[in-house]
Amino acid sequence: MASFSVNGKPVSVDADPKTPLLWVIRDIIGLTGTKYGCGAGFCGACTVHIDGRAQRSCQVQVSAAEGAQIVTIEGLSPNSSHPLQKAWVTEEVPQCGYCQSGQIMKAAELLASNPKPTRQQIVTQMDGNICRCGTYNRIIAAVERASREG
Amino acid sequence: MTLALRSPEITRRGMLAGIGGMTFYFALGTDGTRILPPADAATRPAPLSPWVRIAPDGNITILTITEMGQGSGTSIPLMIAEEMDADWNKVTLEWAPSNPDVYGWPDRSGRRVMTVTGSRAVMMYWNDLRTAGAQVRKVLIANAAEHWGVDAATLKTEPSTVVDPKSGKRLSYGEIAAFGKVPAPLPAVDTSELKTRKDFRLIGRSVPRRDLPLKVNGSAQYSIDVKLPGMVYASALHAPVSGNAPEKWNDAAIKAMPGVIATVKLPHGVGVIAESFPQAMAARRALRVTWSKNKVDGFDSEKALERYAAIHADPAALVKVVDAKGDIKSAFDAAARVYKAEYRSDYTYHAQLEPLNAVARFNEAGDRVEVWDGSQDLGRSRDFVARRLGMKPEQVDVHQCYLGGGFGRRSLADYAAEAAVLAREVKRPVKLVWTREEDVAHGMFRPMTFQCLEAATDASGKVVGWRHCAIGDDGGQNLITGGMRISSYYGLPNQQLELRNVDEGVRIKHWRAVAHNFNLFAIETMVDAMAEDQKLDPVEFRLQRMSITPKARRCVEAVVKMADWGTKRPDDRALGFAMSERSGSLGACIVEASIDRRAGSIRVHKVWVAADGGVIVQPEAAKANVESGIVYGLSSALHERLTVRDGAVEQTNFGDYNVMRMSDMPEVMQVSFLESDGHPTGLGEISTPGIAPALANAFHKLTGKRLYHMPFTPERVLAALKV
Repeated sequence: MASFSVNGKPVSVDADPKTPLLWVIRDIIGLTGTKYGCGAGFCGACTVHIDGRAQRSCQVQVSAAEGAQIVTIEGLSPNSSHPLQKAWVTEEVPQCGYCQSGQIMKAAELLASNPKPTRQQIVTQMDGNICRCGTYNRIIAAVERASREG
Repeated sequence: MTLALRSPEITRRGMLAGIGGMTFYFALGTDGTRILPPADAATRPAPLSPWVRIAPDGNITILTITEMGQGSGTSIPLMIAEEMDADWNKVTLEWAPSNPDVYGWPDRSGRRVMTVTGSRAVMMYWNDLRTAGAQVRKVLIANAAEHWGVDAATLKTEPSTVVDPKSGKRLSYGEIAAFGKVPAPLPAVDTSELKTRKDFRLIGRSVPRRDLPLKVNGSAQYSIDVKLPGMVYASALHAPVSGNAPEKWNDAAIKAMPGVIATVKLPHGVGVIAESFPQAMAARRALRVTWSKNKVDGFDSEKALERYAAIHADPAALVKVVDAKGDIKSAFDAAARVYKAEYRSDYTYHAQLEPLNAVARFNEAGDRVEVWDGSQDLGRSRDFVARRLGMKPEQVDVHQCYLGGGFGRRSLADYAAEAAVLAREVKRPVKLVWTREEDVAHGMFRPMTFQCLEAATDASGKVVGWRHCAIGDDGGQNLITGGMRISSYYGLPNQQLELRNVDEGVRIKHWRAVAHNFNLFAIETMVDAMAEDQKLDPVEFRLQRMSITPKARRCVEAVVKMADWGTKRPDDRALGFAMSERSGSLGACIVEASIDRRAGSIRVHKVWVAADGGVIVQPEAAKANVESGIVYGLSSALHERLTVRDGAVEQTNFGDYNVMRMSDMPEVMQVSFLESDGHPTGLGEISTPGIAPALANAFHKLTGKRLYHMPFTPERVLAALKV
């Protein structure tokens, strides 16, 4: 049994301690905004915040999340009002959209610690997150817009 | 129905049932719109449902088809709404059911298909859906005319309102729906009655895509997100060597693993079903299978590619003439100069970010199955599942989900059929997910090629003869020959296009812009080399010596202006130019690049694309789509390389199959569309094929060396620099 909080709500799950957190979030807790892309830490589609840090939930065992505060895309804001979510819509970033939860969570980590990042800092932060539709430049524009408009 | 699509924009069909209003049934036909009288429609077997419903409260429901991020999920209903004069803010979208007879466009044989490939959705639905929208408008006007006792010809419409300009009376579409009647048949509409570009309120106005808000908060539903009561999870291990079958495996050990419910023998793999997906993945990992053998065993893609060169050199090799015009022999015999070059390209993998998956559920009697699939072709998914199960298409319902990338892979539902087979086996709903490793190993790839191009010029330097021979596995689906035809941009008088088909047994499939990628690479690099030989600017050479068509000339002139082609760049940078053609569209592309001579890496700084795609229905979405095509083209040119050794794919995941990442991106991508009243043509793939040749041409300008093998890996770049 592992106990932690997800999007501010306490949860206890009964799963093999080695189960990747990704599948606990998706299949047991039922929050499917966090995606499976590679299962090996290469693509970033499964990125969530664990105690404020963007982490790849496919690489975190559920036992390691004991007592942690986890935030998923569904908990980033109650109504898509986070500056990044608004900027993502304004810049028409998503195409297939499958990677975008992970992209937004990764970008949110950056803005939380560095509200005015340079373009290079954005690229360095985001480089591990694959977008197969190639929306990268719009992602940069959206992070810059969110940084500007807060 | 326990599963609701969570999208607030796209709701399950049937939501408005029972609340009255008007329902418009129509099917699309080869000669415009085929009318289905409501009475007939109502008695036809499920899952027939209407394209348009108007409720008395004014809400309008319009059905749509697939959405993989290219925007057609919004463009399709927008075309109906435009001609209906619907208030777009009152329009709700619903996925169309898997019934191509009603929701398909007619292919060349007249058979209706829901296929969305080659970026052709808008192109194929354009006339039929606008006609359908105009019919709805006509019915609404006729009802208002009868209600007011006036001549219908005197009435006009504003968004969702019929107006009588004489009396000033107004009736909203919702008010009409409360009393209106839908005639059978619906009134005929001639295409000449449709709006022209100046009248459009929605088309060409960049109405935002409806799926955008759902894709920033995790609520867009992909098939991998579907959860049904009692559902179990499956994964599969397929033969590493394409075509092999499982003979035996460690069944008892697998079945003893935690949570494992069943193992299932598949034609080319073993399915494992468990209570949770991690348990299914663990069982898949533990499988030890003995496979049968077939001709693909021992296949080595690098060696095979060299064999292609020998096939080309063999005069007795089977040659299929794909297209020919003029007199190629005389043109070459009389040539002032002859050019020849050989090109190669490797296998590539789709790498759509959502691994292939589907959910399937049978009814109690076992004679109906529902499948949830992110499909590029809902009708073909239905038929594929039915055939695999030995059932009739009408026993299968495929529910559309968002696609986590398609790129040509999701028009064939082998994975969905597999999910259905597993669900039948365990008599429970099954979610089948291929692991990323499975998705790579059991992928379907863009075939590798060897190509030889020859050109003949006359005494004035004009190109008068053109011969293009491509060798590879065409799969009977134009996987090699697509994009060989140059006549829409170069009207050269004497041409011969040849295929030497090699059936390798490796799984192959359409991959964004398919054969255009390697064919345009060869064609446009060859043209650049001829320009160099004739000491002409590459753009000038195309305009003067290649019998360029007027439409292509407009694209060239537009992109030259955008990139300021004639202006000198910093010393370490150079421009490269290439034409592009795909799905009826023409394009021209310029890249600005530099190289790191020690690392052998090419850096792209700027990309400009001008395209003629006819009327642009959703300009912002189209622009994003062309940008995406550029990045896909860069990925194909610089990184993507799949190899087969001992019959098995060597790459395993994103760690060894490289795709474009943010740090590889050009800082600037500029896209522009030529003004046009023409029929819309495909745009999502127009930019992809031009990138590799433009890049190779920029590389030549920087180094004086040519690149002949896609992708331009550091090893190949370093080797080219040493030549």
